[in-house]
Amino acid sequence: MDSHTVAAQTAEAGHAEHEHPAFLRHHFESVEQQRESATFGMWLFLLTEIMFFGGLFCAYLIFRNWYYPAFVAGSHSLHLWAGTLNTTLLIISSFTMAMAVHASETRMRKALVGWCIATLILGCSFLCVKAYEWHDEWVEHHVPGLNFSPQGFLHGTKDYPDDKLSLDMAEKTQVYFSLYFAMTGMHALHMVIGVSLLTILIIRGWGGAYTSGHVAPVENFGLYWHFVDIVWIFLFPLLYLISRHQ
Amino acid sequence: MAEPKHHDEPTHHGEHIVTPKVYLAIGGTLLIFTGLTVGASLIDLPGDLNAVVALAIACIKMTLVVLFFMHVKYSSKLTKLTVAAGFLTFVVLITMTMTDYISRAWGRW
Repeated sequence: MDSHTVAAQTAEAGHAEHEHPAFLRHHFESVEQQRESATFGMWLFLLTEIMFFGGLFCAYLIFRNWYYPAFVAGSHSLHLWAGTLNTTLLIISSFTMAMAVHASETRMRKALVGWCIATLILGCSFLCVKAYEWHDEWVEHHVPGLNFSPQGFLHGTKDYPDDKLSLDMAEKTQVYFSLYFAMTGMHALHMVIGVSLLTILIIRGWGGAYTSGHVAPVENFGLYWHFVDIVWIFLFPLLYLISRHQ
Repeated sequence: MAEPKHHDEPTHHGEHIVTPKVYLAIGGTLLIFTGLTVGASLIDLPGDLNAVVALAIACIKMTLVVLFFMHVKYSSKLTKLTVAAGFLTFVVLITMTMTDYISRAWGRW
């Protein structure tokens, strides 16, 4: 960055004796140090998120072993195509987000906004598919506590005629669906938060806030977005795939 | 102006801009692995192999995302250590809990 830019970005007149970009906080020596600290802080936050979702994954593993037939039958009721479509959407959105970080680093404002909007659209598409699935589960009476009936698991289904559970085990599919809604619900909540933050990034990015060396907000939002992608990368096989042939 | 600045700060990690080519290659690989994992789930593998294959592919995908999309491959040692600590804690959470559950005579295992 040349001295003209630094001078232009100096926040107030009183700062003339130690020129720095407006986004550089006083307790940091350099933009790089500030960025490194922000990345460190973001990763620490993500560690707490790993443990949060880790508890849900742990519960899923234990209960899947306890009520195995119920979990297999519950998994059979999900739409494989919807899970596959959502995984594809999220992976492409991770790619577009990575490109947004690249645009911020190379200071291309329009590219940054464009990649962010692409990520936003893909994220919203994911939520639409998820909403469709949840609606389908509501129609099928698979929502524990609100709209549940074990009837669908007593006599076999069209695709899985052998899914004939005892009434006791059919009731246990509620454990599967409770964890399904808890896990996909918490994941979707993270997506909604992500989409909201992304909207702010787009508005501020359009004004040029992140294409003059201030990469940290875009980069750290990218870390969050990729983390949410990773959670889904594990939810997809656990909920949809591993019970197909059991 | 287009050049990112380079300061010689003791705390700074070497600024490394990952090229779009790398992102494209990683994104493509992730989509291929998604296809593989769906394909593998359609085949009836013996025993628990379906679960093993699906989770192994998920682990490969996660590693690619963490190393390249999340820039950990190019990050400072502090960031690498933080990420490693996170995975270690997660592994402890899963293995210690599971060790406890499978070693009890509850009749369900």
